[in-house]
Amino acid sequence: MEDVYIIGAGIHPFGRTDGRSGRDQGVFAVRQAMADAGIEWTDVGCAYGGSAAAGSADIMVNELGLTGLPFINVSNGCATGGSALASARNAVAAGECDVAMAVGFDKHPRGAFNAKPSDYGLPEWYGQTGMMLTTQFFALKIQRYMQLYGITRETLGRVAEKAFRNGVHADHAWRRSPVDLETILNAPMVNDPLTKYMFCAPAEGAVALILASGKKVRELGADAVKIASVAVRTRPPGSFEVFAPSVDIENGGKPTILASKAAFELAGIGPEDISVAQLQDTESGAEIMHMAENGFCKDGDQEQWLREGRTEITGKLPVNTDGGCLACGEPIGASGLRQVFENTVQLRGRGGGRQVPGAPKAAYSHVYGAPGLSGVCILER
Amino acid sequence: MAQLLEPIAENLWTNEAEPSLIGGRLPSGKIVFPYPSGDAAEGVEPWRLSRKGTLWSWTRQDFQPKEPFEGPEPFQPYLIGYVELPGEVIVETRIVDAKLEDLKLGMAMEFVVAPFDATRATYAFRPEKA
Repeated sequence: MEDVYIIGAGIHPFGRTDGRSGRDQGVFAVRQAMADAGIEWTDVGCAYGGSAAAGSADIMVNELGLTGLPFINVSNGCATGGSALASARNAVAAGECDVAMAVGFDKHPRGAFNAKPSDYGLPEWYGQTGMMLTTQFFALKIQRYMQLYGITRETLGRVAEKAFRNGVHADHAWRRSPVDLETILNAPMVNDPLTKYMFCAPAEGAVALILASGKKVRELGADAVKIASVAVRTRPPGSFEVFAPSVDIENGGKPTILASKAAFELAGIGPEDISVAQLQDTESGAEIMHMAENGFCKDGDQEQWLREGRTEITGKLPVNTDGGCLACGEPIGASGLRQVFENTVQLRGRGGGRQVPGAPKAAYSHVYGAPGLSGVCILER
Repeated sequence: MAQLLEPIAENLWTNEAEPSLIGGRLPSGKIVFPYPSGDAAEGVEPWRLSRKGTLWSWTRQDFQPKEPFEGPEPFQPYLIGYVELPGEVIVETRIVDAKLEDLKLGMAMEFVVAPFDATRATYAFRPEKA
């Protein structure tokens, strides 16, 4: 397959923007990405995008221009952005067009998500009795993991502390003030063992990426990063996932492990080659478990990694350099693309106060969501 | 008396003196919970699940969920968790007759029908009495 590159990246600040719809935030991000790439809307040959709660993406042509391009709406839950990116990449790789766009945006109401059981093929009683909450799943998964692998509450706190510290330097982040470890650990509990500061919140925001062929990169003289691989995987048997009234007694694989392996294989590199990573951190425990599921460390080693600061911006493997979901919030349709945006910033050396030192060469991103799917993207400079 | 309350859903547990959750046995032999509905139920045999198991994980719900949650007002935090039924399946459940600090990985748990609100009952597990 032809190599495909990211030549433009745009973002609408995450958080709350009253008076601007999710889709308008998307249009904002698209315009910024086009300016960054040095192209016009008429140059875009095809587009993929979507949101979970803010409507269809293709209506953006009203604002962007009626060029007649194919614009495919993507609706794939937490993997909406990742799936749009994978599709846009394949379109360029297949030679359908020289320039493609992937966009994700969202605007969620305040408070925890309240999913409808029937949307997930589940019985009504599961929601009525108060067991169908994403926050519970993450608490239940990390609770067991802490018991099995000796992870302490302090380590959960350190993850959140790092996120808020990194978010200070990211213009697009929502939470931009540091929060100390004591405050994080003593904050009101949401679902034991996770306190208020250890959870991300549903939010608003948008990200757009402009993808191009090698030919177009040369023509434009673009500041490009190569998409080494993209892999989206759904859950295998025996995995423990969000919204599960029951789990198989035989412990199986995990969608993250599958997506990670596939992405590394396609890229022809391994975890040791990665210089910066954005890992799904719906809450502190998720980042810890995803460090192992993505192959960066062994189960239980996170305790030492966090204590030694190995995932800090100046550490061996910086993780969530813009503060991740914890500092940025989670607009579902845009969240996975934010990670790829941040990696593009890092590889181009434009991170400012959060720039990973030493000119990073390979960047890894991982998104996870209901009902058990993961998307991994590896970028190379 | 939870038994006098209306079950929150039909066919969730058996109607007998010592009730059990109703799971399903797939043609492959695998046990699932709950018993599937619609076309997914084809070839699935109803399966009376074990009343005893061990605690697999747990948490406490400390904030009031939005709808479709139908718990009584004012909101009271409640415990939930997963209980592993040996050789069968790991089920998600309410946990009753326990405090958060009592719960330990692998502790023995037993099935119970518990009040949900003033008129309805739901299923739960509680630490097995020594």
